[in-house]
Order: sequence, then C-alpha cells, then structure tokens
Amino acid sequence: MLDFSTLLPALPVLWEGVQMTVLLSISALTLGLIIGTIMCTARLSNSTPLRILTKLYVSFFRGVPLLVQLMLSYYCLPLIGINTPALPTAIVCVGLCSSAYITEILRGGFQSLSPGQKESAIMVGLNRLQIVAFIELPQVIRLTIPALINEAIILVKASSLISVIGIVELTRVTQNLAASNFQPFEFYLTAALVYFILNSTISVLGLWVERRINSRSIV
Amino acid sequence: MNKQTQDSPIVEVQKMSKNFGTTQVLKNVDLKVQPSEVMCLIGPSGSGKSTLLRCIAFLEQYSSGNIYIEGEMLGYNDDTDIRKLTSTNELNHVRRNMGMVFQQFNLWPHMTALGNVTEALVRVKKLSRREADEKGHAILKKVGLAERALHYPAQLSGGQQQRVAIARSLAMEPSVMLFDEPTSALDPELVGEVLQVMKDLAKDGMTMIVVTHEMGFAAQVADTVVFLDQGEILMKGSPKEIFQGEKPPRLEQFLKNYMDRNAFWE
Ligand SMILES: Nc1ncnc2c1ncn2[C@@H]1O[C@H](COP(=O)(O)OP(=O)(O)OP(=O)(O)O)[C@@H](O)[C@H]1O
Ligand SMILES: [Mg+2]
Repeated sequence: MLDFSTLLPALPVLWEGVQMTVLLSISALTLGLIIGTIMCTARLSNSTPLRILTKLYVSFFRGVPLLVQLMLSYYCLPLIGINTPALPTAIVCVGLCSSAYITEILRGGFQSLSPGQKESAIMVGLNRLQIVAFIELPQVIRLTIPALINEAIILVKASSLISVIGIVELTRVTQNLAASNFQPFEFYLTAALVYFILNSTISVLGLWVERRINSRSIV
Repeated sequence: MNKQTQDSPIVEVQKMSKNFGTTQVLKNVDLKVQPSEVMCLIGPSGSGKSTLLRCIAFLEQYSSGNIYIEGEMLGYNDDTDIRKLTSTNELNHVRRNMGMVFQQFNLWPHMTALGNVTEALVRVKKLSRREADEKGHAILKKVGLAERALHYPAQLSGGQQQRVAIARSLAMEPSVMLFDEPTSALDPELVGEVLQVMKDLAKDGMTMIVVTHEMGFAAQVADTVVFLDQGEILMKGSPKEIFQGEKPPRLEQFLKNYMDRNAFWE
C-alpha cells in the first residue's frame, strides 16, 4: 500500500521546489507578456523588415523544442564564451518561447477588431500609442484572456523541463525525493497534485478576471 | 443659408486624383467648401464618394493634386520638388478641426456612450475627467441621449449609436464635419432621428460634407449638391439646379432610378 509517512519530513524541500516553480513561472510569464506585446506591435507594423523579423522570431521559438533551446543556451553558449547562469537562462528561455505564442494570441486579438474603430479614433485626434493603449488593448485583453490563461498553464507545466539544466524546482525535487526514499509512487503523486492545484488556481483566477471585465461592459 | 463667400474656404480640393493600384477612382476633382456650407455628395455606388471623403480626411492618401484644410496643405509637404508625407503630428494638426461620422458608427464597444464622447476630451484636449464628463453630458443631451449616457453601444439602437458617434465628433468642436452615408446602416424608422440631428447642426452653422442617398435631405438642407460619376464631378449646383434644372443624362438616369426605387404610389 501507499505510505505517505516519509512525506512529512520531505515537506520543506518540496516547498522550496514549489517556490522555485512559481518564481520561474511568474518571471517567465511576465517576460513573455512584455516581449509578446512588443513583438505583436512589430508584427502588425507597416515596416516590412520588422514584420519579417518577427515572423522569423515566432517560427524559431515555436519550431524548436523548449528542451533543445534550454540545452543549447546552457551547454553550448558557454562554449563560445558566453557564460549563462542556470536560473536566468531558464527564465529567458521559457519566457522567449512563451512570448512567441503570446505574440500570435495577441495578433489574433488585434486583427479581430474592426479597422473602423481605429479610424474613428484617428479622426478625434488620438495618437498611435493612445489608440493601442486605450482603444485596442482593453478589447484585446478581454478577447484573449482565455487563450492567455491557457498559455500560462502550459508555461507552468513546461517549467518542469528546466530540471535538465540543474535547477531544483518541483519536478527535480520530486525526482530526488522519489529516488532517495525508493517511493516513486507517493512522491510523483504528490507532485501531480501540486501542479494540478497550481494550474487550477490560475484557471479560477482567469475566470474571475474574465467575469470582472465582462461585467463592466457588454459587447 | 447665409454663406459668407468672402471668407476663405474651409476645405479646398484642387485637381485631386486618386488611384488604387492602376485603377483611377477619382479624376481631377475640384471642390470648395465655404464656412457654414452644407455640401451633399451624391452618385451611384462605386462612383468614388467614400474615397473622396476619405481623401479629405486623409484616411486615404490622394495621388495627385492638392487638398487644403483652412488654408493648410493636407498630408503632404510641397516645399520641395518631390512630394513627401508630413509627419503624423503635422497631419493631426491640420486635421484637428475635422470630424467624421461613419456609416458603421465605429463606436468603441468597451466604453459607454459618455466614455466614447469624453475619451478624446481627456486624452487630446487634456480636460480633467470632471470637465470632460460635464461637457460630454451636455453634448449627449444635445443629440437627445441624456438618458443613455451610461449605456454601452451594444445596449443602444442603431440610430442612438449613430447619434453618439455624432456627439463624439462634436465634442472636439470641429469646424467641418464629414459624413459618409450616416443613415445607410439604419432601419428605415431610425433614419429620421439621425437626419434631424444633422439638420439641427446645419442650422447652427456647421460646415458639413455629407455623402448620402437621402435625396430629401440633400434637397432640404444642402447649399450645394455634387454629383459624382465614375470618379468625376459631372455636375455641381444648388439643390434646385440639380433636381429641377437641365442636367447631364447620367444624372437624369441616376435620379430616375432613385425615383423608381422609392415610388410607392402612382
Ligand atoms: N481600398 C481599395 N482598394 C481598391 N479599390 C478600392 C478601394 N476602395 C475603393 N475602391 C474602388 O474605388 C471605387 C470607388 O469606391 P467608393 O467606395 O469610393 O465608392 P462609393 O461611391 O462610396 O460607393 P458606395 O455608394 O457603394 O459606398 C470602387 O470602384 C471601388 O471598388
Ligand atoms: Mg461609399
């Protein structure tokens, strides 16, 4: 039968792993949102070089597995003299990868707005930045929140991959504990539960935000 | 309407042409709109009415010729031999006294009627939220929507939405307003309330360029009616000249089609 008695003494270590997972997810998601917004603006700009550049960017980060990106930046960059500490490398890799998806999610949102809304904004004298900030973004956020929440959840799960470059987050801690206690079942089950709780929290939070925004205006 | 013809025109279009790729949709258009003048643009579908209006708003770049708004060149720098686009700031400066109302209203759905009207007051005219709201309420009252200030566009009828769009434009105190078929997207019973607001504006001395299929409105309100056909101005004159005088066969045909479509009693 399952024996969870070894779980209790392991809790502090496990907790540190959870903290690392949360820290990494939040940092990477923030980075992804910022870069994604910038990339999306560039992707939708009038400049052809910018558009091509962002297209390449998106296809690279969507086309190469995160695991390979992590390996490349952690093990290969130092070979050409660029030293990359594990945690920043992980945040940047996960963040950039996520930003590629976020770029596309936001692009869909911006392109679903009728061009007429922008023209009426131009005609009352709003400048480009004001149009993005006050006319387009609020609508885009509302339209894309379900997809962005999805992306956040995928990101939390993808963060388990960074264990390969030696960062001790939830998955790595679980691996260690399971091996040293000879109890894979108990510890992996616990990890599964923790991931599930983390992602359910995001999901509930997302629904709450969605409801709040929608209650303030009707489309 | 008492026109002050000695004043310089608010809008002046000189030998303006517009191409989309290789097709020319406007050919050598000349227009002058004086202060307080109401000009109606009529013509068959595809004749270039919207394109002309959008060129005057510089939502489309015209290909050749000149457009002046209150004496200032619109959209291009003409000091050098090669014509160059002006900066966005300069463009917005020349356009600052121009309002536009669209067929599809183009309201911002995430803002209330009041929000739509006050947004530019706060962001562009830099009024405080309180001043803007005060002004917004006053203008909404003027278009008959005092009770609807806190409604979102989706909660308003088409006619009400279009009146909000007019109020939004009016809030910026334009010296000329452009209307592109403002009633064409409306149910017939809602057309009247929007036309009434436009008539009131005309009476108050607003300079207006109106693309419309409402011949009744053109006949009653316009100082000048311009008939556009295949990108060219075929005739320009008072409503009386256009509707009752000698006219080119294309205009004759256009008006006859209109009569046939709208006749319900012989
Ligand atoms: N963006 C565009 N690209 C290419 N051709 C265009 C574009 N916009 C308009 N046209 C063409 O220019 C011509 C004039 O169009 P415009 O929309 O100005 O006509 P209109 O008089 O407003 O017609 P309607 O009464 O149907 O609104 C049409 O032949 C149209 O197909
Ligand atoms: Mg049109």
